[in-house]
Amino acid sequence: MSETTNQAFAEHAIALTLNGQSRQLNVQPWSTLLDVLREQLDLVGTKKGCDHGQCGACTVLRDGKRVNACLTLAVMCDGAELTTIEGLADGDTLHPMQQSFIKHDAFQCGYCTPGQICSAVGLANEGRAQTADQIKELMSGNLCRCGAYTNILAAVEEALPQSAAKASAVSEGGIDA
Amino acid sequence: MNPFHYSKPVDVSQAISLAGAASRFIAGGTNLLDLMKENIARPEHLIDITGLPLKDVRETASGGLLIGAMVSNADLAWHPLVEQRYPLLSQAILAGASPQLRNMASTGGNLLQRTRCYYFYDSAVPCNKREPGSGCPAKDGLNRIHAILGASEDCVATHPSDMCVALAALDAVVHVEGRGGKRTIEFADFHRLPEDAPQRDNQLADDELITAIELPPQGFVAHSHYLKIRDRASYAFALVSVAAALELDGDIIRDVRLALGGVAHKPWRDKAVEQSLIGQPVSRENFVAAAEAILRDAKPLEHNAFKVKLAQRAIVRALSDAATGGKA
Repeated sequence: MSETTNQAFAEHAIALTLNGQSRQLNVQPWSTLLDVLREQLDLVGTKKGCDHGQCGACTVLRDGKRVNACLTLAVMCDGAELTTIEGLADGDTLHPMQQSFIKHDAFQCGYCTPGQICSAVGLANEGRAQTADQIKELMSGNLCRCGAYTNILAAVEEALPQSAAKASAVSEGGIDA
Repeated sequence: MNPFHYSKPVDVSQAISLAGAASRFIAGGTNLLDLMKENIARPEHLIDITGLPLKDVRETASGGLLIGAMVSNADLAWHPLVEQRYPLLSQAILAGASPQLRNMASTGGNLLQRTRCYYFYDSAVPCNKREPGSGCPAKDGLNRIHAILGASEDCVATHPSDMCVALAALDAVVHVEGRGGKRTIEFADFHRLPEDAPQRDNQLADDELITAIELPPQGFVAHSHYLKIRDRASYAFALVSVAAALELDGDIIRDVRLALGGVAHKPWRDKAVEQSLIGQPVSRENFVAAAEAILRDAKPLEHNAFKVKLAQRAIVRALSDAATGGKA
């Protein structure tokens, strides 16, 4: 689309909390959250895989819930609290889910990993997965073309309780999110 | 994606007043944005309805539930009243999409999903649903996923939703509001068969907004089951799905609902067949007879003849599972 076309359409000012920080942004109505994160804010941890909501590489947490950033318009994130892979660690201390992915070598190329980890943290927040089968079903929105599923499952299974405990402590205000 | 204007109204009447032929309401956006990226949908104006007060699930005076159109699919599937009183609906929702998409997708938007026919999604080929009058390459093309019931010369697409199959079985009612006022639409009448106008998926007018879905009190808590058959274990659209629900008196069927997904342009019900089961005992023989009757007018295409037998077997299995408690 041409720049003259763009100018006929208003940019929108939005305010959101991103990885614990308040941000004010001007966004075009058609910019996805994924593109704004990567292109406008240089947060390239969130990956663009299919760009159609099928692979889960772009998974981020919106108000604690996992969503596909590629199918989210940035303009619709006004007032939202967003966490990307860059916001999970506490300083140099990795989130338990990140630590568990390293421990279990839960990746090969690593491209799906930020989405896998954000999705697994969302899974812990939901509190609906107890068994390995339930984890598999509820992680099915994240594809891994390398086929590292066995180790991803092991990593998620081990970190789920700790991650869930962290989530409930955050929601009760016990830990700084 | 084409450029577009964006508005975020704060109440239903404002949203409706903004709506027109070139605008679209956006809630979860999980299907609409995908269609916009493929240039299949090209709205000039998006009306963001996520700020509307349509996010409650509440009990109705008659003992049913009124579900706000903006309740997310995940929140609905895991709502305590839905899990307790309408397990069929929970099962169907959780059988669809991925956790991320269910967190985003709205109740109203789920009804408005468009077909996943690959020719509809391919703007390089004709499609009567996308460009009325241009033709249907699916009819004589690759049509493994397409309709076997209720299709027309113009369109053989299927409706993709799981949730809608359960809502059809439960006799849900769709509440809509437009500039002409409010009205309710029986779920069976909400979606259309393609006939000679496959571009229209449902009965909504351009300015009408789904505000709520109402469930009647009968939730078939003791005996219901949603069975979905697909190409992989999770996160795939149904080849065939069945929402089966029974009200039993001993082993005598007092009421029954059967809705099929993946086989037609809308969730498929055959009330005459349901009626024929009432008063009959639970038996494999009766279930097989019902399954054969529902598929009696099936017209399979070159690549989807397997769906006829698959649907019949799925019906028998879903009814059997429902009869034994539906937890399988």
